[in-house]
Amino acid sequence: MIELNSVNKSFGDLQVLKGIDLSVAKGEVLSVIGASGSGKSTMLYCINALEQIQGGSISVDGLDVHAKSTDINKLRQNIGMVFQQWNSFPHLTVLDNVALAPKIVLGKSADEARSIAEKQLQHVDLGDKLDTYPTRMSGGQQQRLAIARALAMEPGYMLFDEVTSALDPELVGEVLDTLRLLREDGMTMIVVTHEINFARDVSDRIAFFHQGVIEELAPAKELVNNPQRQRTQQFLSKVL
Amino acid sequence: MSESANTIQFFTGFRFNDLGFLAEAAGNTLLISVISISIGSVLGCLFGWALHVSVLARYILGSVLDIFRSVPLIIQLLLFFNFFPILGLPLEPFAAGCIVLIFYTSALVAQVARGGIEAVPDSMRRASRSLGMSYLQDMRYVVWPIGARAMLPAWTGVALGVLKDSALVSVLGYLELLRASQILITRTQEPFIILAIVGAFYFALSYPIGKLSAKLEQRWQYD
Ligand SMILES: Nc1ncnc2c1ncn2[C@@H]1O[C@H](COP(=O)(O)OP(=O)(O)OP(=O)(O)O)[C@@H](O)[C@H]1O
Ligand SMILES: [Mg+2]
Repeated sequence: MIELNSVNKSFGDLQVLKGIDLSVAKGEVLSVIGASGSGKSTMLYCINALEQIQGGSISVDGLDVHAKSTDINKLRQNIGMVFQQWNSFPHLTVLDNVALAPKIVLGKSADEARSIAEKQLQHVDLGDKLDTYPTRMSGGQQQRLAIARALAMEPGYMLFDEVTSALDPELVGEVLDTLRLLREDGMTMIVVTHEINFARDVSDRIAFFHQGVIEELAPAKELVNNPQRQRTQQFLSKVL
Repeated sequence: MSESANTIQFFTGFRFNDLGFLAEAAGNTLLISVISISIGSVLGCLFGWALHVSVLARYILGSVLDIFRSVPLIIQLLLFFNFFPILGLPLEPFAAGCIVLIFYTSALVAQVARGGIEAVPDSMRRASRSLGMSYLQDMRYVVWPIGARAMLPAWTGVALGVLKDSALVSVLGYLELLRASQILITRTQEPFIILAIVGAFYFALSYPIGKLSAKLEQRWQYD
């Protein structure tokens, strides 16, 4: 379970998160929508401690993320993250991109890491690209590679930050299909997205962010089909 | 004794033996260059990292390195060589030359290395940290290989430059290629042959560096 309790986050004078309360249960898929600059990415970064928080607390499986005593590298192994820019390691083959972290972080042998990587790459339909370098692949393929790379750590949670926003429209589908697959596998996910229809169809709940607060949080279909708050209605009427 | 008699005794033509003399001097050029470039590059990478991570280092270390980069090397050499005996610590020309060249190289490499580190986008480093890599693992397995590729051409330029600039250590009396050539020119009065040979030696020393760099660049291409 991921739990946020009145989380405050500022960059200098700019308060970006203003008392966020949220909990995501094991097996749940939560989508996060909202205007640009409303703090969606920042919240994800706070959950795996890529950013510090100034108030409140975040826990993952009961472990306080921002406590000094928490082994942050260990914690992050349990929280996979995929970004808008796919960030493939350009100097490594597709296989080594995925095998690197299992090898050096989890201490797997080269053979073990290889078979883990092969399995994950087959899962995202890149089984025929093992020895290719990522710069030779399309954005959609690289984004699926990034997903496989995160999954290779066998995390309990996955965070997705607008993973389709930088893709050409015709490549969006293949990446969303990969997320659907994960959902069927029962992965717990927080998905920041601009794909409202995807969010409605695939997630259990949707949180609508507005200027650093969760303006509305409701079951996915309810929030999209029957938004209660005026700001949610305005936002949806603009993007749908 | 008349002056002309003296001259006849002193000036003698270029002999085969002199080639050995030049080869030995080339060995000294190679020695001082290899030491300076290798130690200077390692130091330079550390300095470049410091410049990257710390604002304070940018101010203090950055200013010091700027001095090394902007004061002409020959002045640094003479100052340093003549400064230590004043402290009662006379330095061999070789040692003084090495020390000055090491810092000179490190000052040049520091900027190159900083550029290399900063060639790796923040978002990529976030990605590697999000996989559970420690700071050092991210540095070792992601930043270093990508940064090294980015800095290779500039580093090669620095290394070739230092190899040639090592000629200036001759002003301290260290017997390297330039000084050896001056000695031979004075004796033989045959500057063209000797300078041509010395040029060929410098080329022979530089060529492998350029070749190695080109080879690495090719091997490191992202495909
Ligand atoms: N490292 C940073 N330093 C300073 N300000 C930042 C930093 N990162 C984000 N911000 C600011 O915090 C606010 C929230 O940014 P965030 O990236 O979380 O928004 P977002 O909801 O993800 O927007 P988008 O849909 O554009 O990705 C923005 O005003 C942004 O300018
Ligand atoms: Mg964002």
